[in-house]
Amino acid sequence: MTSLTDIGALDDIPRQGARVVRTTAGCIAIFRTADDRVFALEDRCPHKGGPLSEGILHGDSVTCPLHAWVFDLNTGQALGADEGAVRRFAVRVEGGRILLDAGLMQRRSAA
Amino acid sequence: MKQKLVVIGAGMASGRMLEHLLDADPDGWDVTLFNAEPRGNYNRIMLSPVLSGEKSFDQIVTHDADWYTSRGIDCRFGETIVRIDRANRVVYSPRGGVPYDRLVIATGSAPFIIPVPGRDLPGVCTYRDLEDTNAMIAAAKPGAHAVVIGGGLLGLEAAAGMAARGAEVTVIHLIGHLMERQLDPAAGYLLQRDLEKKGIRVHCKGATKAILGKDRVEAVLLEDGTVYPADLVCMAVGIRPEVRLANDAHLEVARGIVVDDRMRTSDPAIFALGECVEHDRQLFGLVAPLYDQARVLAATLLGQDAAFRPVQTATKLKVTGVDLFSAGDFAEAPGREDIVFRDPGRGIYKRLVLEGDRLCGAVMYGDTADGNWFFGLIRDGTDISALRETLIFGPAFQGGATADPIAAVAALPPEAEICGCNGVCKGRIVQAVEGGATTLDAVRSLTKASASCGTCTGLVEQVMAATLGGAFTANANPPMCRCTDHTHDDVRRLIRTLGLKSIPAVMQELGWKTAGGCANCRPALNYYLLADWPLDYRDDRQSRFVNERNHANIQKDGTYSVVPRMWGGVTTPAELRAIADAADRYAVPMVKVTGGQRIDLLGVRKEDLPAIWSDLNAAGMVSGHAYSKGLRTVKTCVGSEFCRFGTQDSTGLGIRLEKLLWGSWTPAKVKLAVSGCPRNCAEATCKDVGVVCVDSGYQISVAGAAGMDVKETEALCTVATEDEVLETVAAFIQLYRENSRYLHRIYKWVAKVGLVWCKAQVVADPANRRALYDRFLLSQTVYQTDPWAEHAATPRDWAPMADLTLRAAE
Ligand code: SRM
Ligand SMILES: Cc1cc2nc3c(=O)[nH]c(=O)nc-3n(C[C@H](O)[C@H](O)[C@H](O)COP(=O)(O)OP(=O)(O)OC[C@H]3O[C@@H](n4cnc5c(N)ncnc54)[C@H](O)[C@@H]3O)c2cc1C
Ligand code: SF4
Ligand code: FES
Repeated sequence: MTSLTDIGALDDIPRQGARVVRTTAGCIAIFRTADDRVFALEDRCPHKGGPLSEGILHGDSVTCPLHAWVFDLNTGQALGADEGAVRRFAVRVEGGRILLDAGLMQRRSAA
Repeated sequence: MKQKLVVIGAGMASGRMLEHLLDADPDGWDVTLFNAEPRGNYNRIMLSPVLSGEKSFDQIVTHDADWYTSRGIDCRFGETIVRIDRANRVVYSPRGGVPYDRLVIATGSAPFIIPVPGRDLPGVCTYRDLEDTNAMIAAAKPGAHAVVIGGGLLGLEAAAGMAARGAEVTVIHLIGHLMERQLDPAAGYLLQRDLEKKGIRVHCKGATKAILGKDRVEAVLLEDGTVYPADLVCMAVGIRPEVRLANDAHLEVARGIVVDDRMRTSDPAIFALGECVEHDRQLFGLVAPLYDQARVLAATLLGQDAAFRPVQTATKLKVTGVDLFSAGDFAEAPGREDIVFRDPGRGIYKRLVLEGDRLCGAVMYGDTADGNWFFGLIRDGTDISALRETLIFGPAFQGGATADPIAAVAALPPEAEICGCNGVCKGRIVQAVEGGATTLDAVRSLTKASASCGTCTGLVEQVMAATLGGAFTANANPPMCRCTDHTHDDVRRLIRTLGLKSIPAVMQELGWKTAGGCANCRPALNYYLLADWPLDYRDDRQSRFVNERNHANIQKDGTYSVVPRMWGGVTTPAELRAIADAADRYAVPMVKVTGGQRIDLLGVRKEDLPAIWSDLNAAGMVSGHAYSKGLRTVKTCVGSEFCRFGTQDSTGLGIRLEKLLWGSWTPAKVKLAVSGCPRNCAEATCKDVGVVCVDSGYQISVAGAAGMDVKETEALCTVATEDEVLETVAAFIQLYRENSRYLHRIYKWVAKVGLVWCKAQVVADPANRRALYDRFLLSQTVYQTDPWAEHAATPRDWAPMADLTLRAAE
């Protein structure tokens, strides 16, 4: 089941920046690119748990603030020599509002 | 007995000849070197980067005063030779005569002046020497109008250089398209389009009728009636060999001074080389053949056998952002065929001219990577019939060769030419590297490879990498990151000279290879821009590392630390109480005294930061910037106020310094300390800047370190008053802010530029020190603000944007 939740306005997130959404199963990082596309990734680096929402966003990638692993926002995969991935969540923008698929999180927290 | 050698002209050709001659025979010659220009040899080719601001004149000097002195050369710079008396073997300048046994004429060429009315007005220049270059630099102010007559190599380099400095430049060119000697109309159009993108106006088919103006130039009038306003007019319509002396002396002169294969003129005691000569009915206008002449002439003077054989030459246009390469002969002629490749979308054009089974000319625009490969085929007269089908796609296509540049270079034969200007082949570089030259500078000084126009630097490095294998640690100056080929230094320079004022502008103009850069270049660019344009540029938070973006050090569990300033390490009961209260209120897991004489509150949650900051603000405290590439702490000792040995008020001075410097952004962190006497209890001699008080005043020393490297500071100067300490230290830090590459601590930067240079800038030159100090203060009017106060006002931005845990509980 897909259940979209309105988590806030696009303008709550600075361009090339991120904000987090807190859930019972941990935080989700919501990224806004320079050209206003939005991505949602688990806010936990597979390396040592760094908050990806605090990384530098460049193009479609984000660099983890703790030890500089780089992740592709489209796939959640680590780029370059590093191996690992973060979970992605469906997200879209409608009328300036950000809609996140929280169903997945709810199912997980229910489990 | 030493022979008396007189050389007329200290240009590129004679400079190289003297090197060869005196290296081989240091004691055989008494050299007198005349030069009409009031200076010695420099790399004339590089005047264009000087004009555009990418290099300084000092960087292009090839022979300095030491070089002449150590070889006993009598330098007569600024002294023009006006007559040669062949019968008595004496040359004359207005100051008198100098006898010679052997005479070398190396007078180069003179720019051609078109005979139109107004050509003598002040404000009309040519493009040949430093005076011309300086005249253009002075005129090329933002908004000023400049007209360049002539759309060939020199004219376009002049135009691009002045445009880079902000002038409105128009190029007037007689023919239907630019650089018609190198390009066909299609490629000329691509070039014109790229220049127009840089704001340069191009007027083709324009014949100059007159230069207008009363006391100095005001405008240029064309035959078709067009008038262009002009504060400066540069004529770059061609050169002719400078042969007046030879003519007057009745030497054999055709278009140039006629020389034989050994560079002898019609007088056996007189030799000539460079652009002033004609050899086998040919003239020369590029340095590569001149360097061959220099080698031959040195051999001739030494009594050795050598003969000059002109080789093919290749040209590149030295305009940043425009890639153009041409080599060989590409005039249309019977029996010649063209292969042309165009990709208008990417602005790429390549043209090969074939004569039978040989390549005789090549022009490429937009993508010149294969230029040297084609040039090699032309020069060697290689039979290309087997490659013909895919020739235009370059070497990567032939025989499935690899795209790995190092492997491609490794496969080159030893005689493959790497540096065209100096005729250095691969084997020579390999030999130098194997002989112990493991840095680019060492290879450059041993072989001269990449020492002239510099466009082969990348290739030279690839040869070094292929030779040294894993032992080659790139060069001392690698590109900034994988997003660009420019070094940090180049980017800094170009930001200034091209007036780039935003990160997108830098990425666009300097051809960034990625969209949006990366986590390495963005913080560096953000720093360079805010340091260079404090009033115009707005700091980009999203280009900062987490600590600077959040004004707190992130901990391994994602919490943060909070360190308020304690000026000079001094605190009060009220401040301590406020810190204790904050620690209680926000359940801070650890309160620690730092190595920087202040207190760290560790383990604060991000969403609590604005509140704890505002509590500390309320008690009069501001951010300690314990996270920034900026001023950290100024450690002090008790000094004369309490200590029985103290000579000055070190605590008070430390506080004044911290209040002056706090909030400034720097390439890397900056730490200071002030000790009250040479016992040095504040450990001032291992800081970026340290002050040690003595009875007579203050010893300022710089470039210490006590982190990953430990290094004692070096003395900068001693001053008498606190005010002088403040001005000197701020000026020194501003010098660092303006010149260092990002993330280099002061000790690394000083190791690169030299303490002597720093002293010349801030100690020996009070006006310059003052100017640096003023620029520092100007920047502080923008950046000396407390980020805590700013962000405490918007606590919402620091909390999650949504909290779904609450929603689930509903
Ligand atoms: C808090 C403190 C340790 C302490 O408890 O005393 C400290 C803590 C850190 N230091 Fe330090 N340094 C502290 C004084 C020092 C000193 C001593 C001094 O300043 O007198 C040094 C050696 C002196 C020097 O810098 O030359 C020092 C040399 C370093 C270095 C090595 C720098 C270098 O260029 O070699 C790093 C790493 C870096 O910056 O890249 C570093 C980096 C760090 C970082 C920021 C590591 C990081 O990136 O997370 C630590 C942050 C801890 C935190 O979360 O707050 N810290 N650090 C000190 C804070 C001083 C202050 O009040 O601001
Ligand atoms: C802006 C610019 C860019 C260039 N770019 C390139 C390039 O990219 N590639 C390339 O291969 N070439 C380039 N060239 C051409 C190259 O610089 C010349 O080919 C080279 O400098 C010629 O060397 P030379 O020694 O013959 O003459 P010069 O270097 O001109 O030296 C002649 C010297 O003789 C002095 N002199 C003249 N008459 C007298 C006298 N009577 N008494 C005393 N001294 C006298 C002059 O003042 C001058 O200093 C460029 C030239 C310019 C101006
Ligand atoms: S020495 Fe500095 S960087 Fe290393 S653990 Fe201690 S505080 Fe952290
Ligand atoms: S925690 Fe992300 S790179 Fe180490």
